Parts: sequence; C-alpha cells; structure tokens
Amino acid sequence: MTAGAPANRLALVWLIDDTWALTGRSIRHELRSLDGLLVTVLLPLLVLLAFVYVLGGALRTPGSYVDYVVPGIVVLTSGYGAALTATALTRDLSTGMIDRLRASPASPAALFAGHVTAALLRTLFSSALVVGVAIGLGFDAVASPGAWLAAIGMTSAYILAIAWVGVVIGVGARSVEAAGGFSFVVLFLPYVSSGFVPTETLPPALRAFAENQPLTPIIETLRALLLGTDLGDHGYRALVWCFGIVVFAIPAAAFLFRRRTGR
Amino acid sequence: MAAMVQVDDLWKSFGDKAVLEGIDLAIPRGTILGLLGPNGAGKTTLVRILATLLPFDAGGVRIGGRAVDRDAAAVRRMVGLAGQYSSVDELLTGRENLLLFGRLAHLDRATMRRFATELLERFDLPDVADQRVSTYSGGMRRRLDLAAALIAAPPVLFLDEPTTGLDPRSRRTLWNVIRELAGDGVTILLTTQYLDEADRLADEIAVLDRGRLVTRGTSQQLKLQVGAERLELHLRDATDLDRTMAMMPTASLDPSTGAVITQLAGPEALRSTLNELAGAGIELARTQVSAPTLEDVFDAATTSSRPESNR
Repeated sequence: MTAGAPANRLALVWLIDDTWALTGRSIRHELRSLDGLLVTVLLPLLVLLAFVYVLGGALRTPGSYVDYVVPGIVVLTSGYGAALTATALTRDLSTGMIDRLRASPASPAALFAGHVTAALLRTLFSSALVVGVAIGLGFDAVASPGAWLAAIGMTSAYILAIAWVGVVIGVGARSVEAAGGFSFVVLFLPYVSSGFVPTETLPPALRAFAENQPLTPIIETLRALLLGTDLGDHGYRALVWCFGIVVFAIPAAAFLFRRRTGR
Repeated sequence: MAAMVQVDDLWKSFGDKAVLEGIDLAIPRGTILGLLGPNGAGKTTLVRILATLLPFDAGGVRIGGRAVDRDAAAVRRMVGLAGQYSSVDELLTGRENLLLFGRLAHLDRATMRRFATELLERFDLPDVADQRVSTYSGGMRRRLDLAAALIAAPPVLFLDEPTTGLDPRSRRTLWNVIRELAGDGVTILLTTQYLDEADRLADEIAVLDRGRLVTRGTSQQLKLQVGAERLELHLRDATDLDRTMAMMPTASLDPSTGAVITQLAGPEALRSTLNELAGAGIELARTQVSAPTLEDVFDAATTSSRPESNR
C-alpha cells in the first residue's frame, strides 16, 4: 500500500539503514548547535591545555606529564561526549519525535543505535583532535600502526559502553535535567583513576576504588598501546568491563523503553 | 465493504482509572470522522491506540483489515499520524525533516525527494523549505508536521487536534488539504475541540464523553436530534408583548434583547405563527430563524451522558 516502498528487505538491513539515517540527524544537530561544537572541539582542547600547562608543572609522574596525561584526557573528554547521549535521547522521548518514529515502520532500536553511533563518531573525532594537539605539545607516542588501531578500538569500546549506559539513563530519566546528571558522574570518574596521577598517590580508600573501577584498566591499556608501558592484565580487564556493560545495557534499555511506552 | 478503520468494543484503563469503556467505531474508506469530546474524554488515548502507540485491555482494532496489536508492522505502513505536539526536528530544515521521515518510512530516494517537494508546495512552504524549523512560525510548524505525516502517502490518517492554536490562514490551508485527501480516498480520523471544524470537514461526527461514545451521525442528523429550528421575534411595539405571549403559550422571553423565542415544528408552523400575529395586528420589526448548532448537540450529548455515568 505504501507508495514507492522498495521490495521487502531483511529487518536487519532496515535497522542499519534507519540507524544510519538517525545518525546523520544527530551529526547535523552537533554541527548546528553551539553546545555540540563546544563539547566536541573546545572542551577537549581546554582540558588538555589545562592539565599540561596549569597542573602538569606541579604533578610528579613517571616520564613527561604530557605523555602520562593524554590517555586520561581522551577518556575524560570522550566519556563526557558519549554521556550526552542520555540527554539527547530523553529530549527525543519527551517530544512528539518518538511517537512519529514508533508509528512509522522504522524500529525504535534505530533511534538508540543512531544516538550511539553519532556519539562514537563525534567523540572519536575529539579524541583524534586531543592526540593531534598533544603530539604538537610533545606527546611522544611510540605505537606501531597496529597498536594505534588497537588504541582506537579500546577507545571505541569505552565510548560504546558509556553511550549505551547513556541510553539506559536517557530512557529511564523523566526529564532532560535528570538525564544530565549522568554526564556529571562520567566527568568525575577519571579523577579517581590512574588518569591524572598514579593510583599509589591516592589515600587507601580512594586507591582501592581507583584500582577496581573500569577506567583505570582502560587508561592503562591505552598507555601500554601508545607509550609501551606494561600491559599486564589491563587489556583483558578493560575489554571485560566494556563488553559486560554493553551486554547488560542493551536489554536494560529495551526493558525500560517498553515499560515507558507500554503503560 | 469492510470499513477501513474498525473498532470493536474497545476497553482501556490506566491503573484503575477507566479511560475507554466499550468503544465501537467504523470509518468507511475515503471518509472523515470527526471525534468531538471535552478534555479528558479519551480522544488522544483512542488515537494513540489506533496508531499502535498504546496497548489496550480488551476488544479489537483493525486498520485496513489488519489487527493493530498482532500486526502492528503492517498497520504502521498504512497509517500517518499528526499529534497535538509538533514532532518535527527544530535543527533540521523543513525539507530535511521530510526526507528523514521519508527514509524512516522506507521510501526509495527518488520517491521521497519527489514527495517532499510536492508536500512543501501543497502546504505553502516552498519558500522556507531550506530554512531550519526553529525559524518557523507556529502555523508553519503544524503544516510541516502534517506534511511529515503524509510523506509515505498513507491510506489512513489520524489527526489529533491538527488546528489547535493556528491562525485562520493556516487553518484554512489545513482544511483544504484535509478535504483534498479525503477526496483522494484517504480515510481520516480527526479529533477537534472546534465544533465548526467538525461541522465543515467531517462526513460523520462522533461525540466521546468519559470514555463512551454518546452519539454519532452526520452533522445534520445530530442537529435534528437536539431539536427543532428556533424562531426569534422582535416586536415593533413593546406594548404588544403581553398579547403576543398570551397567543403563544410555549414561547419564552429573552430578557436581554426583549425578543420572543419559540420552537418551530416545521415550515408550516412558521407560516401559521406569522399569520396569527398579522391577524391580531401585531407588527414585527425583525424575525430570525436559526437551526440548532453543533454546540447544542455537543452540550446535549455530553450533559445527558452524565447521569448514566456512575462516577
């Protein structure tokens, strides 16, 4: 009955196509809003410069502080960018956008996946920006092309984990302001990790938290890949954290979405 | 022929609050059903169930022969929805919105480009097609919203208060398009608070009150149900008033205008009333005959349903 619809395709093909269409929409939002540009371009660079030039002189770390701090900055800024998925999704769910989408042949899962994909693309872009400027400031990466790819993979896994938790929060939150609380948490987690100072310098309680929270193995994995430090079991722990979070978050988001819309 | 939209004994409650209590409705293909009702009557809930957005408790709903609960995917390919709240994207342009929704409706690229251009023309938006929606007026947004609902040329359209808050020009544009659509064979369910809107657009009108359909019929039928035409007599000489009232025992006096008001059983009653007055030498300054309005229908239907309701 629908005019001009192409012949039946697999549901998965449609899901990918719908996701890509909604990713394009989110990217347009980024490019057209001041907030988007601030968070994607300006904030990462300011955080990098602040750590290297303002705090870096006073902090004692193995090797130069630029080398030490870049993985932490990447995790801080890409995590914050990915966490904004929560507010963007809540905004869509509290307007007529979601009704239009649900009444259409497209899958609502594409809305989630579109926000996550857009978060991945924009935060990988900010991470590249941070690393590029850091190289200009003396960041002395020794990584092979393979190690660079692995570092991009690790960063992507982290971004996907945060963005999917953002989806869960975004679906669960009643207001955009409430969803915004998540970015706040994600922005603070890196400070209680090995991102900016070695965990040995922290008081015992914080140190125990820092060494067992997911950001520390993620940051240590990036350090090992980019700077050749000892990988140990960090890589394995980092991947288990990221995959575990995604595997938990996707069904949780689906459950909350059904509860939210099916009342 | 089976109706395009068929609702049978539909029940829905939120928690222990019953919202729809046994709705039966059938909308033949290519006709417009106007759904009237006070706020909180259940209009939006009914539209959301029909558009597959809400589950229901009991009964059945079929769109184009497909059940909305078991065959939601097929129903979604047939239905266009424009809700009370604008659901277009502020940061995209008008054209980008239509292309996005066209793509999500799984149209092919060439078709959706053509449809988008046609719809922008039809809704009087070509000049602003490539500007962001955030720069649009309220009327332009609503028109774009309806255009977005039509991007896949759906055979069934649900419009939830499509002209609420619109200026007269935008309202006329929407009315014209809605009429054209019905002429093209689109089946339309329209909820509205505006009685004149239902009067002008709807082939049939149903009044929903407290979750029940309290009356339905064409605008003419409903008006006949509430009663006869009304005759208003303005006397030339006010001293004739007592005599006039004595001649017409069922008449009443409108204290604000001094007019004598009576119900007319038909055209013959009009003739005999005027003849009697002329015979008695009572001169008239002005007369007015008015048909009952949809407002009378609405008031009668929603008031008379109150005592039946046990809450």
